[in-house]
Amino acid sequence: MSILIDENTRLLVQGITGGEGSFHAQRCMEYGTKVVAGVTPGKGGSQHLGVPVFNSVETAMADAGANASLMFVPPAFAADGILEAIDAGMPLIVCITEGIPIADMVKVHSYLEGRPTRLIGPNCPGAISPGKCKAGIMVGEIHLPGSVGVVSRSGTLTYDVVAQLTNLGIGQSTCVGIGGDPLPGSTFVDILTLFQEDKDTKAVVLIGEIGGTLEQEAAAFIKSEMTKPVVAFVAGNTAPPGRRMGHAGAIITGTAAKASEKIKALSAAGAIIAPNPAEVGVTSKSVLERL
Amino acid sequence: MKVHEYQAKALLAQFGIPVPRGKVAFTPGEAKEIADELGCKVVIKAQVYAGGRGKAGGIKLADTPEEAEKAARELIGTRLVTHQTGPQGVPVSKVLVEQASDVERELYLSVLIDSATKLPLMMASEAGGVEIEKVAESTPEKIFRAYIHPAIGFEPFLGRKLAYGMNLGGDQFREALKLMAGLYGLFMAKDCSLAEINPLAVAADGRLFALDAKVNFDDNALFRHKDVEELRDIEQEDPLEVQAREWEINNYVRMDGNIGCMVNGAGLAMAVNDLLQYCGGSAANFLDIGTLNNTERVVNSFKMFKADPRVKTVLINIFGGMARVDVIAKGIVEAYQQMDIGFPVVVRLAGTNVEEGKRILAESGISFVEAKDFYDGAYKAVEAAKGATK
Repeated sequence: MSILIDENTRLLVQGITGGEGSFHAQRCMEYGTKVVAGVTPGKGGSQHLGVPVFNSVETAMADAGANASLMFVPPAFAADGILEAIDAGMPLIVCITEGIPIADMVKVHSYLEGRPTRLIGPNCPGAISPGKCKAGIMVGEIHLPGSVGVVSRSGTLTYDVVAQLTNLGIGQSTCVGIGGDPLPGSTFVDILTLFQEDKDTKAVVLIGEIGGTLEQEAAAFIKSEMTKPVVAFVAGNTAPPGRRMGHAGAIITGTAAKASEKIKALSAAGAIIAPNPAEVGVTSKSVLERL
Repeated sequence: MKVHEYQAKALLAQFGIPVPRGKVAFTPGEAKEIADELGCKVVIKAQVYAGGRGKAGGIKLADTPEEAEKAARELIGTRLVTHQTGPQGVPVSKVLVEQASDVERELYLSVLIDSATKLPLMMASEAGGVEIEKVAESTPEKIFRAYIHPAIGFEPFLGRKLAYGMNLGGDQFREALKLMAGLYGLFMAKDCSLAEINPLAVAADGRLFALDAKVNFDDNALFRHKDVEELRDIEQEDPLEVQAREWEINNYVRMDGNIGCMVNGAGLAMAVNDLLQYCGGSAANFLDIGTLNNTERVVNSFKMFKADPRVKTVLINIFGGMARVDVIAKGIVEAYQQMDIGFPVVVRLAGTNVEEGKRILAESGISFVEAKDFYDGAYKAVEAAKGATK
C-alpha cells in the first residue's frame, strides 16, 4: 500500500502546455503514472502529449475521470488554479509552483475549510509512491518500492535522502514533499497521520528545516499518536537568524524556529535524530534492523 | 523586504494612521532646516534596517535646530552597530527629524499572518515599547489577539476586543478602531508580511499615534507592488548579496566561513552548510542556484566566488531534479573558460542527466576534485579549504 497516490490515481496536469508542465507531465507518464488529462484555459479541445486538454478542471474531471491534479501554474495565477480545483471537488491537489503570495494562500486555506480536497504544497516536489505513481518533479529512478514513508519540507535534500535509502536497499512506501512555504496545504502532522494508518509503512523519515513550528507539532503527534519509529533530520543549524534561506518559510523568527529547538522537541518525543544530513540513510537502516 | 521607518510611517499616514510631524534628512544642514520648520524640540533617528537603535545611540534629542544639525552630523556617514546588525554594523546615510512627543503610555499593535490558523492576526498589548516576544514570555496575558477572516475583514467587534484589552477607556477606543482598520487596510493592500506599530503612543491629551513603526513585505508579492519595490535601499544590504541579485542569483545569503557553496534547492543548500560545519569547516555563503536551466547562472555563481576574497575553495553539490546536471556541468566548463579560477573546486553531481554531466566535465579537461557523494563532497571541501589556508 501507499498513501495519497497509487496505481488507481488518474492524474490531471494543470498547466500541461507550459514548458515545465509539459516536461514533467511527460516524465510522470514515463514513470508509469496514468496522466489522463491536461487543463489550459483557452486550449480546450486540443491534444497534448497524447492526452486531451480541457478548458476547466470541472470538465477534465467529468470527461476524463481525473481524481488528482498536479499544478504547474505560474505564481501570479496559481491560487486561482487551486481554487478552481477545490471548487470542482478535486480530491487531491499537488501544487509545485514556487512564489505564491501568502495573502493568496490565506484565501485558498479559507476556501479549503470544510471541503473534501487535500492540498499538498505549494512550493514542493510533489509525491511519489515508488513503482505505482509519480505526481511530482522528483527523479523517479532513485526511488525503490518498500515500507519507509518519507515526508519533507525540502525538494533536493529529499532526493539525496531517498538516494541514501535506496542505495542501502531500503524502499519507500510513499515520499511526500509538503513544501517550503509558510502556509503549506498539508503539514507534517497530516502526512504522519496517513503513514501511521498505512499498514505497509513500517517507519517514517521526516526532514524538517528552520522556520515556523511544524516540527514541534509533529513532535507532539509522534509522542501521543505514533507507534511507528520516526527518523528525523532538521536542516539549517548554521542558518543566521532573521534571514530567509531560499524557502519563503525558512526564516528564524524566534527561538522555536531554530533547528536546535526543533531537534530538541523531536528527540524528546522519541524520534531518532540523524547526526548529519548524509547519515539519514544509515540511521534509518539501524532503526529498521531493530524492528 | 524591509523599508525604513520614515517610509513605513509615510505608508501608515496614507492609511489614516496618525504619525508625528517630521521629514527625512540626508545632510546635517537639511536636519537643521527641518527642525527649524517644525519649530519645536525634535528627535533625530538614524534610518537603518535594524532594531535596537535607541540603545546603540542611533536616536538623539535636540532642543534647537543647531542641536539637531549637530546630532545629525554625529550620525550621518557613520555605521550603527546594534544587537541585530553584527559587529560590522549598518551604514547611516539619512536621519528622520521628527517632533519630540510627550508620551503618557506605550502600547503595541501589529498585523501578521498566523501560521496556525492561516489567517491575518492582529495583536495588541498595553505592554508596548519592548519586543513583543519578551512580553509573550513574561506576561502573555497582556497580549490580545484578533483573527481576521479574509472574507469578513476587520470588523469593529474585533477592534473593541483589542482596544479594551489595552485598557483604552472613554472614547479612545473609537480612535483605536479607526487606527486598527487603517493598519489592516495597509497590511492587505500592500501584501505586508508584518505591519507593526511599537510603540503605539498615547499622548498626554489622550490621542493615539505611531511613535515607531516597522513594515515588512511579502517577497513573493512584490511583482504586484512596483511602488514598494522602489523603496528598497540596497545600501542597507550586504554588497555581495546585492551583487548576487544583480546576477540573478536570488537565493544568496552571506555566511561567515571560507568555502563558497553552489547548491540546487534551499533545503539541500542549508544541509550542505550544516554538513560543512559537521566536518569542521564553514560556508562563506548559502547559494541556491534554483531550477532555471541556463549556464549563465552557474558562471555568475563563480563570479560571486571570485568577488568574495574570503573564498578559499568551492563546493558544488547538485542533485538534479528540475535542474539538469548536464546544463550545470556546461556552466562549470564555461566558467573555467571565462576566468582564472584560482581555488580548488569540489564537485558532487547526482540526479537528472548525471551521466551526461559527468561526461561533459571529464571531456573538458578542467581541473576539479570529484566527490562521490554528499558527505565526500563536504569532507573534501573542508580538507581543501584547510590546505589553502595553511
